[in-house]
This record gives sequence, structure tokens and C-alpha cells, in this order.
Amino acid sequence: MALDRTTVRKMARLARLRVDDDALDGLAGELSNIIGWVESLAEVKTEGVEPMTSAAETSLHMRKDEVTEGNLEEKVLLNAPEPAHGFYTVPKVME
Amino acid sequence: MANLIGLTIEHARAGLIKGDFTASELAIAHISAMEEARSLNCWITETPELALEQAAQSDERRKNGEVGAMEGIPIGIKDLFCTDGVLTTAGSHILDGFKPPYESTVTANLLHAGAVSLGKLNMDEFAMGSSNMTSYYGPVENPWKRRDDPEIKLVPGGSSGGSAAAVAARAVIAATGTDTGGSIRQPASLTGIVGLKPTYGRCSRWGIVAFASSLDQAGPLTRTVKDAAIMLGAMAGYDAKDSTCVDRPVPDYAAALTGDIRGLRVGVPDEYRVEGMPAEIEALWRQGIDWLKAAGAAIVDISLPHTKYALPTYYIVAPAEASSNLARYDGVRYGLRVDGETIQKMYENTRGEGFGAEVKRRILIGTYVLSAGYYDAYYLQAQRVRTRIAKDFRAAWGKVDVVLTPTAPNAAFAQGENMDDPIAMYLNDVFTVPASLAGLPAISVPAGLSSDGLPLGLQLIGRVFDEETVLRAAHVLESAAEFNAVPQFVVG
Repeated sequence: MALDRTTVRKMARLARLRVDDDALDGLAGELSNIIGWVESLAEVKTEGVEPMTSAAETSLHMRKDEVTEGNLEEKVLLNAPEPAHGFYTVPKVME
Repeated sequence: MANLIGLTIEHARAGLIKGDFTASELAIAHISAMEEARSLNCWITETPELALEQAAQSDERRKNGEVGAMEGIPIGIKDLFCTDGVLTTAGSHILDGFKPPYESTVTANLLHAGAVSLGKLNMDEFAMGSSNMTSYYGPVENPWKRRDDPEIKLVPGGSSGGSAAAVAARAVIAATGTDTGGSIRQPASLTGIVGLKPTYGRCSRWGIVAFASSLDQAGPLTRTVKDAAIMLGAMAGYDAKDSTCVDRPVPDYAAALTGDIRGLRVGVPDEYRVEGMPAEIEALWRQGIDWLKAAGAAIVDISLPHTKYALPTYYIVAPAEASSNLARYDGVRYGLRVDGETIQKMYENTRGEGFGAEVKRRILIGTYVLSAGYYDAYYLQAQRVRTRIAKDFRAAWGKVDVVLTPTAPNAAFAQGENMDDPIAMYLNDVFTVPASLAGLPAISVPAGLSSDGLPLGLQLIGRVFDEETVLRAAHVLESAAEFNAVPQFVVG
């Protein structure tokens, strides 16, 4: 199935990726090729086949429900682009 | 003092034990080697001071009789592993300036085993690529050259391209890599070294920048199979911080290299004879079969019927997981921030500028196959086909103990080649992706040279958590192949 400009713009919006208008056609072509190529999967009979969600053949470990780490404010904010007063900051979200 | 460059882990360990040289001397020699190899662009961050500090501590430990499996061995770290206080970029602009305040479990294990880290190695952005061309920090040059065309710069493969180039050029004794669809094995094949992807769950993924979490696995890139065995032993082990990391003992992998594969059943899958495969790769594969047969293995023709669906499956599953994993890069908590009037614009600007073309492509594909209306047709179907691919292997294990295939469908190609057509680049992983989807251990062993004089690898795939058999067979293959060709560029 071919992806058009509108679909690419919608995907970019969903993925929070700025894509310039003049790049949309090129991307639509590339993504259509890739999607066309993976469509061969439709020919595989998979009725009653369980989807594989993990390659690990293991059950999850149980652990005690207790705090193992904490009070790391300084480390947590160490790489923040513009931290202030012990918080991350973002552009204003309410008027 | 002996020449300290070009040693294997095995021989460097022996020299350190005998007292022929110290870890500090070894580190100093490799800091020069690292500098000499700068022209390959295999380093993103060099940490010579840290290496000297770690080497001095190693020498101190040795005096006290504390000797780990990697004691004093200088290695390089793929820049996908978070390293405490050291820039970690994943080859991406979006992680500008990111210095993790913690150490990944695998690198912590290696340091605990005595390894000395020289620095962080270049890679395809977020491990997405088979050429190292997608790195924000520029392409890595393969130390190998075409015999008749030595001017052309070749790629080292990817995504662990910096790791492979550094090991092949003797700038480090060994390096860590990660493999999602072939990112350890394919570069190992293209640079004439050994690359091992362990079973999914063998090494902890904690502290490794995530690409596709159901596929990502760390492993060693080394110059010998013995070294791969030693280094895997130091990397592997249970970690409560990764819920998919499996709690089972780590065997002495080096002890598995007995040299005896009599009676071993080696599967040769018909479906790996893909259209357009160069005759010399087909011939090398046949040669590999003959070597193993001569060593007493039984060759068994097998069928893995869903092989041709592996790459399309991978290019749905991996981008889907990537689009989710990479949602965290939003300019708020770490790395690059590009301002915008609103928070939405800030996210979009940061991600638009911070991610390269291939990463954006995969995020968009992943978003598409996960979006309402397409999820069942693409993502769910791919997960079901993945089950069938895994079942193909499970059926094969009734008849064989390992599977022998070529590692890659071609030798190293030129920088810039395969760049116009993403699918042409994806085809590089046609032989490595099936084992990744099934979560199986697999190794690439250098086995011969192409007509251009470039290295070619053979791949051995094994049962879940049967790295020992894979390594044992690989060791025999290595001995038979007697691969001792050296790249045109080596340090020292």
C-alpha cells in the first residue's frame, strides 16, 4: 500500500517529528517502497499462530516491593537541558 | 619489552601473568594505537586518563593476587553502552552532551573483571544501519582495502562499525558490540574478525541505549574465537535490572573449545542459497562445510522454510519497537533541546533536528505499522510470522546441533554505496536476521578472502543458551580456515 503526503504528515505528527513540507514526497516514496516490500508477509498462513512478543523463554522474577534507590535529584537533573529549582522545565503549556 | 600491539586477550593475559609487561604499559601502548587509528574515525570519545587510572588499579589488584578474567586488557566500548560520567551518544545528535550518571551492567561487569576501557566507539545512529554511514559523527573507514583499488574507502559494516574497525586495525584488543539484526556479526565479517551475538537474555540490556528491545543483545568483537569465549564469560550473567535477562550460570566458555567436533551434526539450510549471491560466497560456504566434515562433523541438509520472510518481519518488528523506545528523546530530560513556541513544537523541533534520516525513516515506519487500522495487518502479522521463524529453528534442532551459513551476502562495500535505496542496505542482514528474531546465539568467523582481497565470514547458529557448542564449532572452523590475512591499515 502506497503512503501519500497526507499519511506521512500524519505519522510525523503522531511521532512528534518535524518534517518539512518539501521532504514529504521523498519520504512518501521511500516509505511506500519499504511497506510494499514487507507486504509479502501477508501470504504467510498464520491462523492460530500465537504472536511472538519476546525471544526470552523465561518467566519474570518476583522481587520484594521495596525502594532500592532514591534521593537522586542531583543525578536525575544532571543532564537536563534547562533545569530550574530542582525541576525539568518545558515551554509554557497553559495560558 | 615485547611489542604490545596486536596481542589477543589470551596472549596479553599470559604476558601479564608472567610479568612480561604491566597493565599500565599495555594501556600506554594502546593509547598510542588509539591515536594512530584516528584516521579511521572509529572513536567518538577517547578516555586515555581513565584508561591509565584503571590500568594502575589493575596492576595494584594483581599485586594483591586479585585477577579477573579481563584483568588489564584494553578494550573499546560501543557508544551505545552508558558509561558513568563519560559522554554516551548512540551515534546521534539528539544525545548531545549526555553523560550518564550510571554504568551499564555489561560494561560494569567488564570493568569488574579487570578490563581497561580506552573509550567509546563510533556506530550507526541508534544502531540502525549496516555500514556505519548513519552516524552523526561521520562514517568509519574499514582498515581493509580492495586489492586493485586501494584508494576507495570501504565501510566496516554496522552498526558496530567503530568496534569492528578498531579491533581489526589492532587499536584495541577487543571491543563490545550490540546486535539487533546482525550489528555484531556483519561488521565482524566485513573486517575479518570474530563477532558473537549471544542468546537473547544472556547479557543484561540494562544501561544499553534501547533500539528494539525484543532483539537487542550485547556481545564481543575479538580477533579469535578463544577471545570471544573469554570476553563473553565476563559480559554475561543475571541482572535483576533487566527482566529479560536470564538467571542461569555462566559456563567456562573457553573450556568448551576442545577442538573435537566428531559426530557434531551441522545443518546447511537450503533457503540461504539466495538469488544473486556471489559465487565466491557460495564457494566459501561449501569450503566451510568441507572443513567441518573433515573434522568429523556430520553434514545434514535442512530446511528453514520461512527464511525469506525474516527480513520483512524484522523491518516491521524492529522499527515498531524503535518508534516506541525513541519516544523518550523529547528535549526535556537530557541531550539536545531545540526550542519551540509550544511544548509540542519543542518536541517536534528537537526530534526533527536531533534524529538523522535513517532513524526518522524507521520511526515513521514503526509509527505506521502500529497505528490504528494497520496494527493487525502489519505488526501482529509480523509477530506471528516471527513465531513461525522461531519454530523452523526449533524443528531443525531435532536433526542438527548447529547451523552453518555465510554471515553476509557480500564483502565490504564502498562508503556511499547502497545509500540511495534503504532496502538494498537492509539486504546486508539477510543471513543474520533470522537468528536474531529467534533469539539464538550466532557467531561470525573470518574464513577467507574475496577476489578483491577482502575478508568474508561464515556464521554458526546454535540452540538457545548453547553458546558452548557454537564456540566449539567456531574454533574448529577458525583452525581449519587459518585466516591470518592482515588489513592494509594496522597500527604499530
